[in-house]
Amino acid sequence: MHTVPGVEGFMYPNEMELQWSIMIVLYPYLTGLVAGAFILASLERVFNVAAVKPTYRLALLTALAFMLIAPLPLQLHLGHPERSFEMFLTPHRTSAMAMFGFVYLWYLLAVLVIEIWLEFRPHIVAQAQTASGLLRPLYRVLTLGSYNVSPRALEIDDRVGRFVTVIGIPSAFLLHGYVGFIFGSVKANPWWSTPLMPVVFLFSAIVSGIAAVLLIYLVYCKLAKIPIDMPCVDSMAKYLYYAFLVDFSLEMLDLIHRIYVADESFRSLDFMVNTKLYGSQVVGQIGLGTLLPIALLALTQLVSLSIRARKRLYVAAGILTLVGIFLMRWNVVIGGQLFSKSFLGYTSYKMGFATREGLLPALIVMVLPLLVLWVLVRLFPPMEEQRPAPH
Amino acid sequence: MSLDRRQFLVDGTMFILLTGAATRAWPFIEQGRPQDAPGYDTASHWWAMFIDVEKCIGCGRCVDACKVENDVPPEPYYFRTWVERYTIPPVDPEDATAHQLPIVDSPNGGRDGFPAEPPIEGAKSFFVPKMCNHCADSPCTQVCPVGATFQGPDGVVLVDKTYCVGCRYCVQACPYGCRFLDPRTNTADKCTLCYHRITKGLTTACCEVCPTQARVLGNLRNPDDPIHQLLREHKVHVLKPDLATGAKLYYNGLDGAVR
Repeated sequence: MHTVPGVEGFMYPNEMELQWSIMIVLYPYLTGLVAGAFILASLERVFNVAAVKPTYRLALLTALAFMLIAPLPLQLHLGHPERSFEMFLTPHRTSAMAMFGFVYLWYLLAVLVIEIWLEFRPHIVAQAQTASGLLRPLYRVLTLGSYNVSPRALEIDDRVGRFVTVIGIPSAFLLHGYVGFIFGSVKANPWWSTPLMPVVFLFSAIVSGIAAVLLIYLVYCKLAKIPIDMPCVDSMAKYLYYAFLVDFSLEMLDLIHRIYVADESFRSLDFMVNTKLYGSQVVGQIGLGTLLPIALLALTQLVSLSIRARKRLYVAAGILTLVGIFLMRWNVVIGGQLFSKSFLGYTSYKMGFATREGLLPALIVMVLPLLVLWVLVRLFPPMEEQRPAPH
Repeated sequence: MSLDRRQFLVDGTMFILLTGAATRAWPFIEQGRPQDAPGYDTASHWWAMFIDVEKCIGCGRCVDACKVENDVPPEPYYFRTWVERYTIPPVDPEDATAHQLPIVDSPNGGRDGFPAEPPIEGAKSFFVPKMCNHCADSPCTQVCPVGATFQGPDGVVLVDKTYCVGCRYCVQACPYGCRFLDPRTNTADKCTLCYHRITKGLTTACCEVCPTQARVLGNLRNPDDPIHQLLREHKVHVLKPDLATGAKLYYNGLDGAVR
């Protein structure tokens, strides 16, 4: 029998090489962090959850940082990135991908940027009058010509901000639900084709966003020498725990449904999960990336622990969560291409290193949002009022 | 108009060998500007293909002809058409409940034919030519973010390579594995149903070279097209009918195991 390296059984000839690389894994991962961070921020704004207020601005800036970098892996992936703008100029209305471009733009320009601008307007105005060097003209531009920070003006800002957030929550849901739909609507691929996909993507996004903001908050406090607000961290951990339970239930529902219904694709997918995806799905995503952090978080909810112990558990759970959600994206995107649509064979993913869609650019894309965030928190300090007064 | 004997024989032979449309197009093809040839009306065509599994001998000439005619990238796994060999082991009476999977191979897309395999006692084996199904409700054109891939009024699914962004969503959306990314242009590529030929009254390269007429191209909008008789007289099946893609490759003698 004729064999091809990395291929078992029969693949259609054009299926042997994967079409969507680690870049398409990163894309929903980054977008998920955006949506999750924003939804956490919205808790404070719309639902007046005072406990998570200290992270409000940081969560918004985190969302913006990841949002600005999210299109980059797509550009690295496209065969003709120079034509990508055509998706906006001549969109194909039946294409989920084309419509997603507008959802993205709407969210970025109509929600996130406006909300951040309103929130930081007093800071921008102050800096436009006092900052030195090149920063001053930058802040002057950012004021958009409005220097009015009277109580009345700020009250209007607050009201508009609340309105934007109210629109923002469904927009954030739409943003990441839609990413799920891009996969869930591919009827040719049974690994993707499920109406649960947008919901699973949404909840996993919330989970990853809360975990990311929790970790970034702890690191930022340490670097900026700001005392950690423990009730705030405890609240975030609690939300992370609950969101995780919903997310895990949905993923298990999908799994149980597949096992029970056992349609034509099941034998093939089952084999894949037990072989090629065993490490990344069963061990990585479900074991280390879901059950373990849920157990750690459950421990902090059930047992009364010292602040130090809680912090350590939160950090461990947060890191495991981020790894777990990354693996979830990996298993969806890469896993969905490892089996043949003939259900008779399996191929392998070979990732390059310093190639356009290789590991190195992927790592750079992962680090870039953190660099952007570093710049953003310097321009718009998120927690100045929490800094202890100098003696 | 005077016509010498030589010209009469040339014209007459062409008329016999080629269809009417091809005869009219021939001077333009010779001048290197076939696009100017008159006579093709998209609205009066709705292309389909009849594929007879019983007749395919797995010679792979269709695959070769397609690669050459359409300049399909030679290496390693790019095919606008390919041939699969199915071998279905017999049910073992000792273990009748065992789920028997077909053994399928397609070395180099079947382009070089198929090497002999040690026979499996009692197995049935056959060849299945595959290519784009030019689906009437094609999932690939549905997902294209810029509309670079589209279906013409004649039912042919094509790609505009000057417009394709290379996102490969269409490759993912095709249930039949008929699309790939051309590494030379970084754009999606697929069977064009030899559009440059069929619009000039010729048949596709794969149909042209098939020694057993296992593939027959037909225009469903032409009531006199022989494909109507083929569809009437055979029990035909399309691939993956559950996906309701409106596939227009009609297979005769297709085993239920074929995917």
